[in-house]
Amino acid sequence: MNWLLEPFQYEFMQRALLACVLVGFTNGFLGAFVVVRRLALMADALSHSLLPGLALAAIVVGLSPAGLLLGGLLAAVFVALGGHLISRSSRVKEETAIAALYIVAFAFGIAIIKYAGVKVSLDHFLFGNILGVGDSDLWTSYAITCAVLLLLVAFERPLLLAIFESSVAKALGVPVGLLLGMLILLIVLAMVSSLQAVGVLLSLGLLILPAATIYLLSDSFDTMLWGGAALGTIGSVAGLLLSFWANIPSGPAIVLILGALFLAAYLFGPRYGVLSRYFKRRHLHEESLERWEKK
Amino acid sequence: MNHQLVIQDLTVSYSRIPAVHHLSASLRCGSCVALLGPNGAGKTTLLKAIAGLLPVETGCIRFEGHELGDHPSRAIAYVPQREAVDWDFPITVRGLVEMGRYPALGNWARFGAKDREAVEEALHVCDLEDLADRQISALSGGQQQRAFLARAWAQRAEIYLLDEPFTGLDRNATEAFAAAMRRLRDAGKLVIASHHDLKSVEALFDQILLLNGELVVCGPTAEAFTPQNLDRAYGMHIFSGHAHHHHDHA
Repeated sequence: MNWLLEPFQYEFMQRALLACVLVGFTNGFLGAFVVVRRLALMADALSHSLLPGLALAAIVVGLSPAGLLLGGLLAAVFVALGGHLISRSSRVKEETAIAALYIVAFAFGIAIIKYAGVKVSLDHFLFGNILGVGDSDLWTSYAITCAVLLLLVAFERPLLLAIFESSVAKALGVPVGLLLGMLILLIVLAMVSSLQAVGVLLSLGLLILPAATIYLLSDSFDTMLWGGAALGTIGSVAGLLLSFWANIPSGPAIVLILGALFLAAYLFGPRYGVLSRYFKRRHLHEESLERWEKK
Repeated sequence: MNHQLVIQDLTVSYSRIPAVHHLSASLRCGSCVALLGPNGAGKTTLLKAIAGLLPVETGCIRFEGHELGDHPSRAIAYVPQREAVDWDFPITVRGLVEMGRYPALGNWARFGAKDREAVEEALHVCDLEDLADRQISALSGGQQQRAFLARAWAQRAEIYLLDEPFTGLDRNATEAFAAAMRRLRDAGKLVIASHHDLKSVEALFDQILLLNGELVVCGPTAEAFTPQNLDRAYGMHIFSGHAHHHHDHA
């Protein structure tokens, strides 16, 4: 048990543990909605578009969490709304419009980041550093976790209706556009909260891998929600331990562990895993051949 | 007798081209109505307009004396075409039927005994009890249609709008779906289904509404489903907006 407890004698590891639990839980929970609504690529675009917002915020107000939060949020909303606007006003489809905007925003972010006066490095934003989590980062994460949980639990029913069949939901009076807008906003918030742990580029892994793993194991949306949250938490903490003992950065460690779990579910899932489906099919095939021979 | 759906002088456009023109009809609850007409006659447009999914340009639709319009109504359930559904959604038949209770429950109310009862009843009416725990992609086409019918029942809908429910069903599945439809009719519901197979109309529906952009005829199948009426709907070219505007006031 020593290997499990020893790292947490250090205060920075205790903070990191708390950050992992908060971030893993929030992203895992939210991920269920992202997976069933097929927003993974949209989320990827949003994560990249955080960078210019962060860089601008760092230039204008320095490295305060509130400023970074606001900067990231504004940049992501700008890309999401801008993409929507371009696709509506031209023949360019939405995913192309969003991709065009986010990649330009990303380039802009890289270009201006050196003008940030304080000791900001690009690496810090791109890959995060969970061992440098401060109190205010933890409070921000905590507030975001509360907001995400509260809103998603409150609006789970109309959100499900809106995602499953948006036209029918509209006919029932569900404000579909507003709810999906809220979902996108929550995605951005969750990504901002996972910045410190895994950075801009790897935040997508925390968001979609746990929910995608459970999606391969279960037919219940509630299981996806809470199972995703549990898996996100466990995976993040396991990743933190891996990073401590193997001396690798925390972001990649977390995403690699979540990725291994996803791969395991893809291969060995009892119902939707490829191996079990392959053997089941062969089994059925042999059975029908046998029956044929008996006749 | 207030329980009827009254359509008055209804005009609806689909992407800015009028698809249903000045249509008036009244349909009584406790019947199965076939919505017939050639492709592009406005069948889906009419269904969507009744469901409140398309804006009404002229006229109105009234049910039980109330105008259906901007405010959504739980009395109406629209069942989309099968291609429009994500069948890999992580949900079982029971979960789908439970969704029918969401509008009544709102965001916070607990899913209580009354809701469970409504769900069981819906599964029973649509003959889905044995399949309740299956994921929805593990159903046959006819069973999938019935699952959506059950959801509408759990919603306590009075009017069921079905878009080509019999497409792609074999004989047994057609019979099972028709049986579920008749059970709804006998419970006093109004079932309106767009349909394109003219051979099966008489066996499946007791009323028809025949249209081709405009109303051709609306009435009991025995009286209205005549070769003359069908010729009028299918024989002449489809009314397609102002370009070919001609009325014969014969």
